Amino acid sequence: MHTLRFLLEKEFRQIFRNPAILRMIFMMPVIQLIVLPQVADYEIRNVHIGITDYDQSSYSRQLIRKITASGSFELSSTPHNRYEAREDLEHDRCDLIIEIPAGFERTLVRENEATLRIAVNAINGMRANLGAAYLNSIIRDYNREVREEWLLLPRFSEKKRIEVLPRNWYNEHMNYKLFMVPGILVILLTMIGAFLTALNIVREKEIGTIEQINVTPVRKHHFILGKLIPFWIMGLFVITLGLLVARVVYGIVPAGNIGLLYLFGAVYLLAVLGLGLLISSIAQTQQQAMLIAFFLMMIFILMGGLYTAIESMPFWAQVVTWFNPVRYFIEVIRMVVLKGSTLQDIKGHLAIVGLFAVVLISWATLNYRKRH
Amino acid sequence: MMQAAFKAFVQKEWYHILRDRKTLFILFGMPVVQIIIFGFALTNEIKNSGIALIDQCHDEYSQALAARIEASRYFHIEHRSEIAEDADAIFRQGRIKLVVIIPPHFSKELGHSNQTRLQVIADASDPNTATTLTQYLQNIVYDFQEEVTGGSDLPFSIRSEVRMLYNPQLKGAYNFVPGVMAMVLMLVCTLMTSIAIVREKETGTMEVLLASPLQPYLVIFAKSTPYLLLSAVNIASILLLSVFVLGLPIAGNLLLLITLSLLFTITCLSLGMLISSVTASQQTAMLISLMGMFLPTLMLSGFMFPIENMPLPLKALSHIVPARWYFHIVKGVMIKGVGLEMIWKETLILVAMTMLFLGMSIKKFKLRLNEN
Repeated sequence: MHTLRFLLEKEFRQIFRNPAILRMIFMMPVIQLIVLPQVADYEIRNVHIGITDYDQSSYSRQLIRKITASGSFELSSTPHNRYEAREDLEHDRCDLIIEIPAGFERTLVRENEATLRIAVNAINGMRANLGAAYLNSIIRDYNREVREEWLLLPRFSEKKRIEVLPRNWYNEHMNYKLFMVPGILVILLTMIGAFLTALNIVREKEIGTIEQINVTPVRKHHFILGKLIPFWIMGLFVITLGLLVARVVYGIVPAGNIGLLYLFGAVYLLAVLGLGLLISSIAQTQQQAMLIAFFLMMIFILMGGLYTAIESMPFWAQVVTWFNPVRYFIEVIRMVVLKGSTLQDIKGHLAIVGLFAVVLISWATLNYRKRH
Repeated sequence: MMQAAFKAFVQKEWYHILRDRKTLFILFGMPVVQIIIFGFALTNEIKNSGIALIDQCHDEYSQALAARIEASRYFHIEHRSEIAEDADAIFRQGRIKLVVIIPPHFSKELGHSNQTRLQVIADASDPNTATTLTQYLQNIVYDFQEEVTGGSDLPFSIRSEVRMLYNPQLKGAYNFVPGVMAMVLMLVCTLMTSIAIVREKETGTMEVLLASPLQPYLVIFAKSTPYLLLSAVNIASILLLSVFVLGLPIAGNLLLLITLSLLFTITCLSLGMLISSVTASQQTAMLISLMGMFLPTLMLSGFMFPIENMPLPLKALSHIVPARWYFHIVKGVMIKGVGLEMIWKETLILVAMTMLFLGMSIKKFKLRLNEN
């Protein structure tokens, strides 16, 4: 116990002596948490649309008015022909182009059917899909109006109608930040925890001070605890800081129990620090440690469900995400903060992350023993 | 004389890199693994979402509708029941994104009053998924309604013919591979060089460097040259994988793509040099290049989140992220097949950034020289 106290004192002194690291721990999360969620806005609005109107009829103008008034589209160009339209797409001036053929109104009235041509820049598949879906539903609405006008259909007559009543729970205003802020907090926490632990020990290796510790009577588990505890405490501090930023800047008040968040966070941090330890036991230099950590981190973050839904991935990739601790905390923090999930709902996640912590820390400790 | 010294210097750096097998392995392996994982796994398309179907009506009609929903690749009915249930409890467990409630009198109302309602509750803690799923469901219900009423031969039908340009199968890889390319090159290059000089400072060999007759700019060039070669190998492997494994096209000029990729690499290497010459320890340099570059590159380069949605200050900030310009270039040349005339602006910006970074790092390097 005595040894541990001295070790802890040493670690804390070393951390607080280095202002650059301190800034990194405290400023970076705050700044990134304030800035990054502003960016993370997936909402498809302001889809840039280009309209070529060969018809110039009252129908075509009505349709254009309907499209521009919908709020989802922004009329950003009116190419005169297909060549110009193509060029607008290439220059990214438009996301999609709709072409109203000459004689649109006449064909519709005389032949009961007219066709519009839509070309979508589909490099970003989801944006393309949703943009086209929005446009189609506007066209469909317009079509109904035209029919009603001609057939003098009373609004709800002959035709059977199923009305869909959509409701959005937990986030009525569809505020994307509510969704992103907790997730980004997890990422920052993970990066700080894993990088700092990994670097810290490798640094001792690189400058040779680990040899000095090895010849002292300090036991291995004391050494490891001495490394883990300070970063664990700082990790909890980062969570607190992050929740405060979320509350002050974004007005996010967790719907669930905050104690539950801390409980999960505390276990999660053990897993993350264990990962850092493991990396440091494999790497010889700081450069190696950094590269390994970066490699893992990039996979963890991109496959953690922060940006892209896990259930959309192919099955093998979903299997990979089972081994991604980030995934579990992101799910849990969103569940607890937004939906008020209880311990009952997240106990599976908690068990898995606990298992991660045990496996990673024991693995890392074993690795150290071998070298000794 | 100078040339010989320069050559010797490059050789020294080269040995340093080749000697460290672990790092080398990571440097070459990382881009390969990541392109493959992300090329296949990352998609922002939303499919296979778990939904709950509460069918209180339970007759022929409602079952037909349920079958239609199940048949769509967007939905996967994970939970079915015939009695009213607490949607909140279902959502809190986190697996279900949408609850569809078919009310008891669904078919009867549809038969008698020609109008009926369907309740859809979305878990809007993820607003994007909620909107998309609701939209998909509405389309399915609309199709179902048309089928029930035989509405396809209504008069005055406006049809739309949608063409998905550049990416007809809406593959996620078309958007993500250029993004991951930008990210991997950016981070690997910056990371590698960011510690190149600072490492010499830390290990004390800097003194030797300073005492050598080599000009500062030559030191900087000599340090970056080997990394440029390594990056060239990485570019080659990324491109080969994208084409032969992921089936991406190279619609434009291959030579142009390679040249501009090398240009981007040089930009990143010089940014790394700049970081290296202003920091004092490897740890700080690495934390800056990782923490400071990773998330901003990921989020501000436009491949994850649409730049047009960002608030103005961040839109402005995204202009200084080199990856943003490179992402645009790769998308243009590789997928749309445009020539230099469409992307000269982005190219010039990268050139200007490179000059700036190089100039600043040489200047900083000199300052140190004077101090010592």
